[in-house]
Formats: sequence, C-alpha cells, structure tokens
Amino acid sequence: MRIIGLFKPNLNKFILVFAILSFSSAILFANEPVKNADSEHADANVGVQDSTAVEAENSATSHEKAKEEKFNPSELILEHIADSHDWHLWGHTSLPLPIILYTPKGLEVFSSSHFHHGEQAYTTANYTYKIEENKIVVLNAENEIDEAATKTIIDISITKNVCSLLISVTLLLFIFLSVAKAYKNTVGKAPKGFQSMIEPIILFVRDDVAKPNLGKKYAKFMPFLLTIFFFIWINNMMGLIPFFPGGANVSGNIAFTMVLALVTFIVITVNGGKVYWSHIFAPHVPWWLYPLLVPVEIFGMFTKPIALMIRLFANITAGHILVLSLISLIFIFKSAVIATVAVPFTVFISVIELLVAFLQAYIFTMLAALFIGMAVEEPHAEDHH
Amino acid sequence: MTGSIAAIGAGLAAIGAGIGIGRIGGSALEGIARQPEAASKIQATMLIAAAFVEAVSLFAVVVALLGNG
Repeated sequence: MRIIGLFKPNLNKFILVFAILSFSSAILFANEPVKNADSEHADANVGVQDSTAVEAENSATSHEKAKEEKFNPSELILEHIADSHDWHLWGHTSLPLPIILYTPKGLEVFSSSHFHHGEQAYTTANYTYKIEENKIVVLNAENEIDEAATKTIIDISITKNVCSLLISVTLLLFIFLSVAKAYKNTVGKAPKGFQSMIEPIILFVRDDVAKPNLGKKYAKFMPFLLTIFFFIWINNMMGLIPFFPGGANVSGNIAFTMVLALVTFIVITVNGGKVYWSHIFAPHVPWWLYPLLVPVEIFGMFTKPIALMIRLFANITAGHILVLSLISLIFIFKSAVIATVAVPFTVFISVIELLVAFLQAYIFTMLAALFIGMAVEEPHAEDHH
Repeated sequence: MTGSIAAIGAGLAAIGAGIGIGRIGGSALEGIARQPEAASKIQATMLIAAAFVEAVSLFAVVVALLGNG
C-alpha cells in the first residue's frame, strides 16, 4: 500500500513531466533536418484521399521502373528510420498527416496529401510549399527553392514520429490513470487485473533502480524515474511493431533522446548539492591541478547526458537497421529461398530487440538515477570514500 | 571508397566492444560462480559496465554511419 503514497501526490508531476517531454520532443522533431530523399519510393505511394485513377496508373508504372532499377537497401533503410510527413500503411496506401507551419504571415495548417508524396508543390494564400528531402521548403515564383523564406518558417507539423509519440503518451496515460484509480478502489486489498502487471515493474524501478542509487531521498525522484522508464520502454516497444500504430523510429531519433537527456541534465543540475558542486569546482587535489581538473569536471557534466542521448539513439536505430537489412537480403538476392534464412533470423533479432527495448529503458533510468544520486550525495557519505 | 572505410571503422568498433563486453560478461560469470547469492547485484553492475563499453562503440558506429553519408 506504500505504492498509493507513491502515486497520489505525484500524479500531477507525472503528467507535467509527460507534457513537457512530449511537447518539446514534438517541436524538435519537426525542426530536425532529415537527410534522405527517396523519390522513387515516395512516387510509389498514392495518397488515400486524393488519388485519381490516372495518378494511380502513373505511380504504378514508376513503381515498376523503380523495381527494375538496382535495389538500394541503404536508401530503403534510411527512409524507414527517418521521420516523414505521411505514415506508410501498406502497399501504395499511406496516411497523410497534418502539416502545421508557423510563418511570418501566420499559422498554416493543411494536409500533407496536397504534396502527393513530394511530387507536387502546394500553394496556399501566402507561400508555395514543396517537400524536398523530407523537409518543407518554400518555392519562389520560378519554382526554385527560396532559401531565405524557408529559414523564416517554423515547421511544427504532426509528423510520423510526433503522431507515434502522441499514441504512446495516450496509451501510457490510459494505463497509469486506470492503475492509479484501481489503487484508490482497492485500498487494503490485493491488486487485481492490470494493476498486478504494473506493480512489480514499479517496485522493480523503486527497489532496484531508485533505492540503491538515491538512498533515502529516492521518493522525490520516483515520478521522474518512472516517467522516463515507461516512456522509453513503451516507445521502444511501439517501434518494434512493424505496422501502423507502431513502426515509427521514435526512440531511435536523436531529438527525442536529446530531450530526455536534457531533462535528466536539468534534474541533475537543479538537485546538485554542495558535494556535487565542490567535486566540480574544488576537487580533492592539490590546488595547482585545478586548471587541469576543473575544466575536465565541467566537461564531465555535459558528457554524461550526451552519452545517455547517444546510447539510446544508437541502440534503437541499430536494432531497426538490423531488422531491415535482414529483410533487405531477400530483395538483394532476388530470391524467395533466402527468406527461409532471413525471416527466422529476423524473428530471432526481433526477440532480442524486445530484450534490448527493456534493457535500454532500464539502463537509461539506472544511469539517470546514478547521476542524480551523485548529485544529491550528502557530505558525510562522501567522507567514507 | 568512403563507404568501405566507414565499414572498416564500424567493424573495428565492433571488435573493441566485443572484447570489452566479453571480458565484462566473463568476469561477471566468474563472480557469480564464486558467489551465487550476489548474482543480482553483479548482474546490475555488469549491465551498467556493458552499457558504458557499448556506448563508446556506438559512438564509433554513428561516426562511421555519418561519415558514410
């Protein structure tokens, strides 16, 4: 029943952290330059809404042409791990996502289906837009890219990653609000239903992650640790689903992991006690070593969150690339026989990725707790070292 | 050409991480064999150490990937 106390007063904080995380990620996603152009593949996809028979025919032929050309696995893989303005569902069908642009002439909201998967430009009252290398650019009267105008617009679109993020946040809120409610209803009784599944995981984070690293002060940081743990975990898991509600490479996006690392950095810095700062600015070494050691320690403040950022990003992206390259083997060798090897191996890697999804969430939370623990260390504890 | 060099770099990073994680895993196994009751503590420490080793090699792989593109 201690768990109720853990949930109730902290629920607001929990929701707040969520809101901040998802909002800042959303902004970063949209502004992140994505370096890949896959016009052939984009041509092959026909919008759900605006497809006419002629267009369907055209893109079908271009698709065949693309097939005859040499299959380029790295292009395909990079397209799948990158963010995009529409969500590929199956075959030639994809879900167009809204485009929201903050321009000097006001807010513009329209569907990405107007671009016909990057083939066409779309003219609104203010500007003419086109998708160039997955990024929205402004065209001038001569249909050339207007660099100056492109720089003034801020892209805050709901892209594939943002959409996936919103789905996972909704899912998490649904799970945790219902579980929190269940604790109110079953006071003094054994947990039941979904509660029984979530409780051991929360207790795991509390007993194996928070308590050993944070000591007595663990309760204050539980909302943060639980939030990042479940947030990373659910996004990792959603990324492993190969079709619609999942499949976006959210936790393998450097902007997403950067926001998580930034929040961790802020938590560490804000909670840094006397011991933490004296370790940085007055380490226990002879004074003449200070010019050497203080910059190193200051540098160390930033390398910790940066390592967190790169670790999560690279691990999840590597997993996605691995699965996609194994599937690509079938198309590289142009033989169904390869599938007998590639498909079981993909299943094997996917199972390992399930473990990695949990492990990376655990390691991120563990290291965050470790760094926070170092920051909130009490002076007397330090004397023992 | 740059692609091949990037591939070699990624391979070297994999060798480094392989040696590192192999040593961590081996030592953890020895530790657990000597003291099975400390298994959960050793495992947690092992995972953290492995994460640090892995991070360095992943830096290298990311650099290889960026250099390739």
